[in-house]
Amino acid sequence: MQPHHDRTLVAWLLVGWCGFLLLPWYAQDDGFFSLAWLNAGLFTDRDYASGLAQGLWLGRAWLLPLLVPLLLPLLALRQGVDPARRANLLVLAGLLGIAWLAIQGLAVNHRGPADWLAPFVPDRSRQYGMGAGAVLVALAFLFTLTNGLAGRGLVKGDRFVAGSIGLVVAVVGLFVFVPVGMILARAFVPDQFAGQFFDARIWGLACTYSTVRCGVAWNSLLLAVLTGLSTTLLGLAFALIATRTPFPFKRSLRVLTVLPIITPPFVIGLAIILLFGRNGTVTQFVATMFGIEPGRWIYGLPGVWFAQTLAFTPIAFLVLIGVVEGVSPSMEEAAQTLRADGWTTFKTVSLPLMRPGLANAFLLGFIESLADFGNPLVLSGDFDVLATEIFFAMVGAQHEPSRAAMMALILLAFTLLAFWAQQRWLGRRNYTTVTGKGDSGVPLQLVPGLRYTLYAVTIPWAVLTVALYALILLGGLVEFWGRDYTPTLRHIIAAFGVTTGEHGIVWSGTAWNSFTTTIAIALIAAVPTAAIGLLTAWLLVRQEFGFKRAFEFGTMLSFAIPGTVIGIAYILAFNVPPIEITGTGIILVISFVFRNMPVGVRAGIASMSQLDKSLDEASLTLRASSFTTMRRIVLPLLRPAILAALVYSFVRAMTAISAVVFLVSANYEMATTYILGRVENGEYGIAVAYSSVLILVMLVVIGIFQLLVGQRRLGRRTAVPVAAPVGAAS
Amino acid sequence: MSVASVRFENVTKAYGKVVAVRDISFAVEAGTLVTLLGPSGCGKTTTLRMIAGLELATGGRIFIEGQDVTHLPATARDVAMVFQSYALFPHMTVVENVGYGLSVTRRPKAEVRERAEAALATVGLAGYGERLPAELSGGQQQRVAVARAIVLEPQVLLFDEPLSNLDTKLRRKVREELRDLQQRLGITSIYVTHDQEEALAVSDRIIVMNQAVIAQTGTPRELYEEPASRFVADFIGDANLLPAEIARVEGGRATVRVGTSTLELPGRALQPGAATLAVRPHAIRVHPQPVEAANRMSVSHAIYLGSHLEYELDGPVGHLFATVPAGGAMIPQGAEAWVTFDERSVALVPG
Repeated sequence: MQPHHDRTLVAWLLVGWCGFLLLPWYAQDDGFFSLAWLNAGLFTDRDYASGLAQGLWLGRAWLLPLLVPLLLPLLALRQGVDPARRANLLVLAGLLGIAWLAIQGLAVNHRGPADWLAPFVPDRSRQYGMGAGAVLVALAFLFTLTNGLAGRGLVKGDRFVAGSIGLVVAVVGLFVFVPVGMILARAFVPDQFAGQFFDARIWGLACTYSTVRCGVAWNSLLLAVLTGLSTTLLGLAFALIATRTPFPFKRSLRVLTVLPIITPPFVIGLAIILLFGRNGTVTQFVATMFGIEPGRWIYGLPGVWFAQTLAFTPIAFLVLIGVVEGVSPSMEEAAQTLRADGWTTFKTVSLPLMRPGLANAFLLGFIESLADFGNPLVLSGDFDVLATEIFFAMVGAQHEPSRAAMMALILLAFTLLAFWAQQRWLGRRNYTTVTGKGDSGVPLQLVPGLRYTLYAVTIPWAVLTVALYALILLGGLVEFWGRDYTPTLRHIIAAFGVTTGEHGIVWSGTAWNSFTTTIAIALIAAVPTAAIGLLTAWLLVRQEFGFKRAFEFGTMLSFAIPGTVIGIAYILAFNVPPIEITGTGIILVISFVFRNMPVGVRAGIASMSQLDKSLDEASLTLRASSFTTMRRIVLPLLRPAILAALVYSFVRAMTAISAVVFLVSANYEMATTYILGRVENGEYGIAVAYSSVLILVMLVVIGIFQLLVGQRRLGRRTAVPVAAPVGAAS
Repeated sequence: MSVASVRFENVTKAYGKVVAVRDISFAVEAGTLVTLLGPSGCGKTTTLRMIAGLELATGGRIFIEGQDVTHLPATARDVAMVFQSYALFPHMTVVENVGYGLSVTRRPKAEVRERAEAALATVGLAGYGERLPAELSGGQQQRVAVARAIVLEPQVLLFDEPLSNLDTKLRRKVREELRDLQQRLGITSIYVTHDQEEALAVSDRIIVMNQAVIAQTGTPRELYEEPASRFVADFIGDANLLPAEIARVEGGRATVRVGTSTLELPGRALQPGAATLAVRPHAIRVHPQPVEAANRMSVSHAIYLGSHLEYELDGPVGHLFATVPAGGAMIPQGAEAWVTFDERSVALVPG
């Protein structure tokens, strides 16, 4: 077994050496994946040269010390080195390498070397952002370090686990903590701290006794609690109907509940306004029929809550469907044989077993609502919330970065509170219901009373959703909703027109550029998001290590930070070397990965804590490495979670707006920012038409994902033998 | 000297301040079945998991076939384990489960299939390969778990309470099957249970554990007849623990007084003075009439159980629980009785 682990190490060392010798050290203007360096002089050109060449004869001598940690592991690989000594050498090499990479990166920037380094290097020395070579060298150092730590007995000496933890810690630290630290450092002004914190605009309660507005913190908290509750309850209702009832339209139900999250921002808000606003269809209808004066009630808490519930119920649904399916039928059967009737069984056994899922769903809804930007922007009226206030404080006319940071801190505190409450509520009970024994039995069908109550709640909701989407689809096909209902295709043609010119097909529509960019970036981002998310979940559920709680919090943190803050933070942190990626597509991908990763983590944790741990252990004792165990046992049993993570990551990336607004550039415009531009110009037709095209595309992609991931094979007997093969269970 | 299959040298496992296993040493000879027996929380499962590599020792060294495996992870150890919950992979068929260990070690597909089928035949499940675990009964699932473990021909086979999910009748049958299989394959096995009868039935040797340390090691017979402590005497088979007095020791034989009786017992290197006697229930003779040197006692419970009678007796020597072959008349509850001891089933207990 020992040689096998050494092979992995040798491979990473080779990667590191390649990075130092054969790849351009610095980021290139032509783009990360451009191959221009191949004939531009890998060893001679100041822009394209490899690390070694830069250090030896291009005046960047500060790169040469990296040779030490690159050579050090070779000592460890010699025959007959004591394992403890080998491990220590590797740890030393990894630490030295990472430390020097960081020191030289911060000491020498785009303006030139720091004072202490200046005497040793030529005058005009400076460096750009890290390129392919530097990234590979950094990775090699990281895995050398984790390999050494595993060799010292960390995490039971498991190199794969150690490497995984190292990787997650490194990337989360780099792309979550560094940017956040950056923005806090920039905005934190010591003298004004107390004044900022006790600002009545944040904590005021004046609205309870006067007409003055309440503080944004209270508003956000109220909205988040309401949204968390409503989405969890609705999500549970849909999940129960989809799995525990003979409801005839279960499959369409699934599609329906997925619709709202594949909807671009502003669109739900716009649709709600078009229906319930002062000039809205419903409002006008009610006014004409019953003579009720049209009001502006939709602008404010009711409207935002309504829109957020529409938007986030599917998240709760996606989380809860896996949980409801995971409840062992034999436990319900056990309860029934203990004289519990159907309702009592549901109340005392099924529901408590779903508690982790319910808590997760509530937590997700709560945090989503806090961070939501698009819906409050359109619908909040006078009901200010933190997310939009932070945006206005940062980029608005006020420009108060320290106030924005203060509100970000408060937002973070709320999230912590939600996190803590969830841990307390779940307690330490064992919820393992999918055991290694396999499970037979028929899932309990809901009692009629409960079933019809659920129908009564969900069917109107579903009908409303259909109406909203019909409106979105039709809205793009008429001249001007609310005024001129003449059918037309001109919005579609303006955005997605294709003509044939003398050189073949011409993509003449104005939306094509942003459309293709969006699809490409969303697809690219989905895979690492799901991978890192599930890897993190696996580490959290299955591995023991000292700083697990801190690790869990760290990986969840990016979810709590509003996209607006992340956007500004990324610009501040990654605009200058050593990591210089603003204006590239990479920064968009990275922001999506770390914004959406927590969903994968949560879904993975919820599903994985229902898998018997001895399944993993059995695999390990059967000679499978922890990597093989993950690939062949854990992942196949986690298909619903993988599906959720992939789908959610993709659609979030396609529909994200808050962080993206800051990160797009001329080369990489996203669909949402394009739509935002059209909305700002009052071109609702094009905005709505573009949105409906996006929705259709996302539906297709989700369908393909569903086919690829397939179903979990648990060998349970199904209640309805003719159950649909694909749609009925995931 | 043959190399022991499994050897522990001063092994300790601590979780922070809680010590699960404290400084234990033992050796398991090749081809034998050794049971780790003890009440729950005694450290027996932790010990088993340390052999598997699922837990790493925090002190001491562990050897398998002479190789130091103390720091090797589970993957790298040549052991296989049958889990209490069986841990059959629910998304794989029976034959995929059994062949898993071979397929992850990159054996050719045909060989995997062939050896998996052979292992299934060994446990009497030929023809069940295409089923899913959920489609098998508990006993069948258990046998799949065994087949999955033996297919790799490991140096050591570990059983973690393998019978606890089976009903009693099946338990006896499966227990015999496991023992037969182990002897047929001659595979070194380590077995964890809290059921002393199960341990006596299947083991070559038993390691009794209590409160993180080894209480006694020996053959089933040694443990029963020469318990090293009050704990072992009480845990292995029932025993009446009585205060007694060693009058003198001569040539390894001790003369022991208990109440009005005097017994000649193996001295077990004890000194004259106060001592404890372990008296098996069936070593007690209960007489309705006075006999020489008998202890006079009163019968507090008398129960007829077909093949034998059970008495509970009280008297100056303490409280006794006795089983007597049925046949004679039963002494009624509340009556007086005279008690003597059969020296063959009485042992002095150190400590």
